Amino acid sequence: MVALPPCERPRLRCCAASGCRSAGAGPLLAALRAAAAAGDISAGASAAPEPLEVRSVGCLRLCGEGPLLAWDGPEGTRLFGGLTPAAAAALVAQVRGVAPIPLAADPALAGHQLDLEQPFFRLQRPLVLEGCGIVDPECIEDALAHGSYAQLRRVLHELSPEQVREQVRRSGLRGRGGGGYPTGLKWDTVALQPPGRRYVVCNADEGDPGAFMDRSVLEGDPHRLLEGMAIAAYAVGADHGYLYVRAEYPLAIERLRLALQQARQQGLLGSSIAGTAFALELEVRVGAGAYVCGEETALLHSIQGQRGIPRTRPPYPAQAGLWGAPTLINNVETLAAVPVILRQGGDWYAAIGSEGSRGTKVFSLSGAIRHTGLVEVPMGTSLRTVVETMGGGDPDGGAVKAVQTGGPSGGCIPAALFDTPVDFESLLALGSMMGSGGMVVMGQGTAMPEVARHFMAFSVNESCGKCVPCRAGTVQLLALLDRFVAQRATAADLEALEALCTMVKATSLCGLGQAAPNPVLSTLRHFRQEYIAALGPGS
Amino acid sequence: MSVITLQVDGRDVAVPAGSTLLQAIRAAGLSVPTLCDLEGLEPVGACRLCLVELEGSQRLLPACASEASEGQVIRTDTAQLQGYRRMAVELFFAEGNHVCAFCVANGTCELQDVAVAVGMDHSRFPYQYPQRAVDASHPRFSLDHNRCILCTRCVRVCDQIEGAHVWDVAERGSDCRIVAGLDQHWGEVDACTSCGKCVDVCPTGALYAKEDTTAEKHPHPERAGQLRRAREQRQWTP
Repeated sequence: MVALPPCERPRLRCCAASGCRSAGAGPLLAALRAAAAAGDISAGASAAPEPLEVRSVGCLRLCGEGPLLAWDGPEGTRLFGGLTPAAAAALVAQVRGVAPIPLAADPALAGHQLDLEQPFFRLQRPLVLEGCGIVDPECIEDALAHGSYAQLRRVLHELSPEQVREQVRRSGLRGRGGGGYPTGLKWDTVALQPPGRRYVVCNADEGDPGAFMDRSVLEGDPHRLLEGMAIAAYAVGADHGYLYVRAEYPLAIERLRLALQQARQQGLLGSSIAGTAFALELEVRVGAGAYVCGEETALLHSIQGQRGIPRTRPPYPAQAGLWGAPTLINNVETLAAVPVILRQGGDWYAAIGSEGSRGTKVFSLSGAIRHTGLVEVPMGTSLRTVVETMGGGDPDGGAVKAVQTGGPSGGCIPAALFDTPVDFESLLALGSMMGSGGMVVMGQGTAMPEVARHFMAFSVNESCGKCVPCRAGTVQLLALLDRFVAQRATAADLEALEALCTMVKATSLCGLGQAAPNPVLSTLRHFRQEYIAALGPGS
Repeated sequence: MSVITLQVDGRDVAVPAGSTLLQAIRAAGLSVPTLCDLEGLEPVGACRLCLVELEGSQRLLPACASEASEGQVIRTDTAQLQGYRRMAVELFFAEGNHVCAFCVANGTCELQDVAVAVGMDHSRFPYQYPQRAVDASHPRFSLDHNRCILCTRCVRVCDQIEGAHVWDVAERGSDCRIVAGLDQHWGEVDACTSCGKCVDVCPTGALYAKEDTTAEKHPHPERAGQLRRAREQRQWTP
């Protein structure tokens, strides 16, 4: 979590993940380190202060206020947002207790302190993000000190693969990439295939607009993911695996490669892991900019060096995946939840969340919302709690109109339905879907036909072109939506729009095409009056 | 050889285990429209015309790429499927430049046949009139992208039967197009053996012999299956 218990020796943690980097974390971190070093020297021999640790960490959650800086000390943690390098010296002076004025009166710092008691932080339940913002993602020693790989070691020495899968089954964990398939069942399906080579694959091709949960795990706590993946490989009998990361995540790729190298050096990957017979090689594969490669069969083709297009299932990858071998594919967040499940036990995990949707889920909040950032909450938390209580609602004080979940495969949920619990079934029942966890909040000024057109344009660009409903159907849907946005549509257009949405959904080959009409269908369902109002004169 | 039985549109049918639903449908004396599927080539399930309903399931199954299993109850011709098929054919016609009146394949075109079969006489969706090229660089054949429906039969026959893999698909979505070699002019691709199998199996007038003009194309889609049977079962059944 962001706030840590009081500690004797003060320490600074600065988020150096993509969001805060783009807000200036790099120069801030450099200035803090310079100020800390200067402080060490200027204090002289007479009163040599303890060296001040300035640690670079992963996501500190409230991305919209970045760059974020946490100061841990005897009085607990204080969090600052939006500090510039010019404020570094003043902050270091405060940390060392040598500042001429109190913190609250310091013009460089006052106004930058963020309330850690606000619901945005208080209602979070970090499991997947347990170490994110605390550990240094580039330092395996730090990760080990925080417990990384302890479960892998224990599992290899004490549990059989079947006992590992038993815990995952009991946890009720379901795939966090969007589909919600029971993870334990998937692991069993791979494990119970006839003897032979198996692969394990991590899907880190997070591509939904407004989704940055997986990126935060990759950038903030990569060793947790590697540990989860190694446990998964042991549980299904795989000795080789791939992490498929989108090319648009350069920092994640860099940190993942570093983490792999460090884990190999520590004997936690490679042959005879932790002194046992278990061996595992993991490689990073970088995507080439296709959204459809998040679809599992397209992803497998891409790893094999082929064109990233989906194929008909069955056979499912669990039966015939990479080079025809049984292949376990799990999303980043799914695998990153595994170490904590093994540590606390499947039953403990299953006690969190709601019936049918166990555990916690990470969501990325963006759009017309006061608190942009990352939240991890128990499944079943209401949309109102996430969007209004934690997210703080509309930044201009107006009423939120809707929240879009599930990206281009999901739908818009109107504010009137915000008491819906966030779980797989409830969101599906509303014509949306959990998706990977991106939540884009929309204010009153957002026109729903335009939202639908935006997502349809995305699907047109990202269709692989293999099957005709998706390749040509989305093009025609976009043209129809253009007419609604231009207020020139006819009643016949509305009929054609609905008929074609139904056809594309029912007949497309893969999940991308089948879900492409969802933004239209869900806005038609909840905001039909806006489509009616867009009918031109005479219709 | 084990045999499975299933029901297609109310008719009981027995097929060898491992058969596809499409084979079962045909064994029952029925048919569904197909474009990308061709006997002798690996199915891709791309044209979505052969989708059928399976009792007890919400999902539609591509008959060409789905294995038949014991006791299945299949419907091939419901009002819902008819509606979807007609729409799919309209989408094909609207996305390319298909003008039957002066096409080499007029009269022998599978797209035309499918349009007749599903009762499509015009597209309710606006024609896109895309700007597409013609590649006449090969000495004997031409490729007219205006008429291509991206069924990838040419890609598959060249890869799976001729073994030359001259053809592939480039770009994505509505920009997809068939490319020769490393996106070269067809005539410059050394790997091409000029065997003409791609022309034989092309369901439309996209690939054709240069000597053919309007309505003169004589396709031989059956050759892919003949060659495969000859190789795998040592039988020549012309």
